[in-house]
Amino acid sequence: MTTVSTPSFKTQSFTHQWVAFAIMVAVLVIAPIWVYPIFLMKVMCFALFACAFNLLIGFGGLLSFGHAMFLGTAGYAAAHAAKVWGWNPELAVLFATGCSALLALVTGSLAIRRQGIYFAMITLAFSQMMFFFYLQTPFTGGEDGIQSVPRGKLFGVFDLEQNTNMYLFVLTIFLAGFAFIWRIVHSPFGQILKAIRENQDRAISLGYDTDLYKLIAFVISGALAGTAGATKSLVFQLASLTDVHWSMSGEVVLMTLVGGLGTLFGPVVGAAVIVSMQNYLAQLGAWVTIIQGVIFVICVLAFRRGIIGEIANWIKKPL
Amino acid sequence: MKRKLLSLAAMAACAFAGGAQAQISDGIVKIGVLNDMSGLYSDITGPGSVSAAKMAVEDYIKASGSKLKVEVVGADHQNKPDVGSNIARQWYDTDKVDMIADVPTSSVGLAIAKISADKGKLHVNSGSATADLSGKACNANTIHWAYDTWMLANGTGKAIVKSGGDTWFFLTADYAFGHALERDTEAVVVKNGGKVVGKVRTPFPSQDFSSFLLQAQASKAKIIGLANAGGDTTNSIKQAAEFGITKGGQNLAGLLVFLPDVHSLGLNTAQGLMLTETFYWDLNDNTRAFTKRFAAANGGKYPSMVQAGVYSSVIHYLKAVDAAKTDDGTKVAAKMKELPTDDPLFGKGSVRPDGRKLHPAYLFQVKKPSESKGPYDYYKLVATIPANEAFRPLAESECPLVKK
Amino acid sequence: MEIFGIPSQALFGQLLIGLINGSFYALLSLGLAVIFGLLNIINFTHGAQYMLGAFVAYLSLTKLGINYWVSLIVTPILVGATGMVIERTMLKRLYKLDHLYGLLLTFGLALIIQGMFRHEFGSSGMPYPVPEVFKGAYNTGFMFLPKYRAWVIVASLVVCLSTWYVIERTKLGAYLRAATENPSLVQAFGINVPRMITLTYGFGVALAAFAGVMAAPVYQVNPTMGADIIIVVFAVVVIGGMGSIMGAILTGFGLGLIEGLTKVFYPEASSTVIFIIMTIVLLIKPAGLFGTQK
Repeated sequence: MTTVSTPSFKTQSFTHQWVAFAIMVAVLVIAPIWVYPIFLMKVMCFALFACAFNLLIGFGGLLSFGHAMFLGTAGYAAAHAAKVWGWNPELAVLFATGCSALLALVTGSLAIRRQGIYFAMITLAFSQMMFFFYLQTPFTGGEDGIQSVPRGKLFGVFDLEQNTNMYLFVLTIFLAGFAFIWRIVHSPFGQILKAIRENQDRAISLGYDTDLYKLIAFVISGALAGTAGATKSLVFQLASLTDVHWSMSGEVVLMTLVGGLGTLFGPVVGAAVIVSMQNYLAQLGAWVTIIQGVIFVICVLAFRRGIIGEIANWIKKPL
Repeated sequence: MKRKLLSLAAMAACAFAGGAQAQISDGIVKIGVLNDMSGLYSDITGPGSVSAAKMAVEDYIKASGSKLKVEVVGADHQNKPDVGSNIARQWYDTDKVDMIADVPTSSVGLAIAKISADKGKLHVNSGSATADLSGKACNANTIHWAYDTWMLANGTGKAIVKSGGDTWFFLTADYAFGHALERDTEAVVVKNGGKVVGKVRTPFPSQDFSSFLLQAQASKAKIIGLANAGGDTTNSIKQAAEFGITKGGQNLAGLLVFLPDVHSLGLNTAQGLMLTETFYWDLNDNTRAFTKRFAAANGGKYPSMVQAGVYSSVIHYLKAVDAAKTDDGTKVAAKMKELPTDDPLFGKGSVRPDGRKLHPAYLFQVKKPSESKGPYDYYKLVATIPANEAFRPLAESECPLVKK
Repeated sequence: MEIFGIPSQALFGQLLIGLINGSFYALLSLGLAVIFGLLNIINFTHGAQYMLGAFVAYLSLTKLGINYWVSLIVTPILVGATGMVIERTMLKRLYKLDHLYGLLLTFGLALIIQGMFRHEFGSSGMPYPVPEVFKGAYNTGFMFLPKYRAWVIVASLVVCLSTWYVIERTKLGAYLRAATENPSLVQAFGINVPRMITLTYGFGVALAAFAGVMAAPVYQVNPTMGADIIIVVFAVVVIGGMGSIMGAILTGFGLGLIEGLTKVFYPEASSTVIFIIMTIVLLIKPAGLFGTQK
């Protein structure tokens, strides 16, 4: 599966990526002065979600249509841990990430056996099963979701009910997650993953256990998606069924596509675009769905590289 | 001396001119109508509620001569608690909204109630069904208006059992709201001497109820209770007609049915259905007059119970703001409970300490096509339940504000 | 007589209902299977096209007075034509790329179509009357079977089997199957392959629209009716084997029956059972029950 378009690049210098990273950090640090912080935190959570998803599709070549199950599982796990068990936020997030990783391990080991569209369909099936499971089990509160989730005190000291503290917490998590993905992509593991994406048979003939690599990528992707979900439910103090619905899986695909499949910064930009659109066009009701559909169509037909992908192609450096 | 006189005069002028203005935040009373603008409940709430709120503001200022500056904004929560919470937070934090009205979909209503209490604002809910809003999830900043699950269960359930429908089979949507509705109605049925012979949980949401309706038919229960809402209800009613359920002698009880639902079903399918609402456009001259104006502003659509509730609640809210001379959420909520209510749509009523608004409820039956004189002429009044019986008694409320 | 605690009469009634639902699954998965099997396109728009069929029937009835019978023929042709336009203008460009992009494009189109109808018609359903001929029910002794639903079973069987016959047993079908295997060779024989592909896509879409018209009197005509059913239909196609026509038909009816039984014995699981079966099948026989791995 090689036709995911990635920009061709001639050098291996990463200066451009460092510059982009610096810009991103600067924007995220300064923006709260003008922009509603809760909105920015939402963008960061979805950006991390999209980055995690992109690790799997952009670099691993595996399209998962069920990533919502990781977002939602972690969301519920963190909400439950914080509200019912009274855990501190950092423990809640870690616990939730662990839950998602476990789910990814189980579903991944079954899904990895198949390729391409069948892989996508299995992930969709698992996601639907999780959806119906969460719909029925009492602890999730069904339609109501888990509400009034306390943000708690970070390390028992910093009160996260204060928006500023919460913002720094979310920012740290996002940057850490992003850095982790960056590291993976630029590591030998990442190279092998890309090799598997380009030509699985050749990778096998070189002696790599491709299934294991794919599984590891799947678990990391699922775990980080979980981190995003857990953080999100602490930001909004709510975990609901929206997070496990298949349309959420569709949205993360859209974000990654718009931003640029297979680029590092693409999903961040894509998430920012889509979340902003949903926020500022909320008045228009059904128009948001229509516009999202149009963006999908345009991206697929004419804009396959996505925003960052086009920029990267223009400057002939990977982003 | 002159200076003192001048400043005294200035103060006096302020006190007279903007008596209420003195403590209104930003000088404007801003009402946010948060509901479903494009989905399942858009006909029952939607843009119609925003229109109703604006009409209420107009009518109140005209009738009372109040000097309040009021603004109404609307937004779509898409029936999702996270979207709704987001909008509410942004409204309260940055957009200077003072009160949030409407909010259908119980899960969203609960979220908004909590946020409103956290921020000291006010939430007057006309759209959600869950009786928990004036029960265990109550708070000093939330008032529950038009209807709730207890009233629905009690109104429809009790009246039907008393009129002979004493064996019940439930079709319950398998989620929290459906379970709650089934539980409340079952309690009422049993209390009044009826029997529940069976129940089936239908996956939520569903398109096809034929299998469950067959089970209901096989149970031979006199009444099939539909503990569901929206599309589930209309689909089950439609399919029940196809399978000859009513022809076979069984009757359907719609536990949560609104006028726009009946409109979309058509009388052929919906005839004979029993339901309870607290508002109907054809009850009296006042409701008819309101409906005429509402329909003119809303493309000919007649108001639902929820939209009427938004109108009524906004009028009382503004009355309370004027009386309390502030738009601080907690203080206005207290004032709303203090003042008796009176509006053209719900008549005289009151708001209880637990936030529950009281007004009469009506048991209706859907007319046969031959009995209807025109569009929206769908209901015949079967019984009126007085305000003090229609809602859960204060003694039974689990609201922490009133429990000893 | 009781089977598993349910009187046999009630059980037969439930099985019959399962068969009716299965008819819709079969019709829809047939369309999907035709499109995927012959064109390698994953048509996510299928649900929206099903909804379009129902809406065109509803609108032509209320605005133009066109009755059910005429709609049954005209609507699929109309909607199929829009499908062909989509194929010609957009899908064509994606054939050289990964399947992924076809899926994403059709997903986006589904969002657009659904959004437009939701914007125009809200989310409450519109009523569509059962045609006069089919009003009423047969009293079969164990249940009242609405005449219309009996017609649904018969009509879908006829359409499904004729489609299968044309594709698997006629010359036209043979050309089609050959063209999918090796388009350039078939084109060299003088057959206009691109045109066949466009027509095939149009036919698959027409099948979806046909299912939509048939569904209108049964379910409320509603902008979200496609989205709700499309995921289930995908599962059906995957279980049956993505390229297999007969597989789609049999699995559609079969899964309808299984779902019907689940509704009797354990209704809470009836939404999930199809996905559980899909996961099991994919793990044991990845190409599906009747499919052949390409």
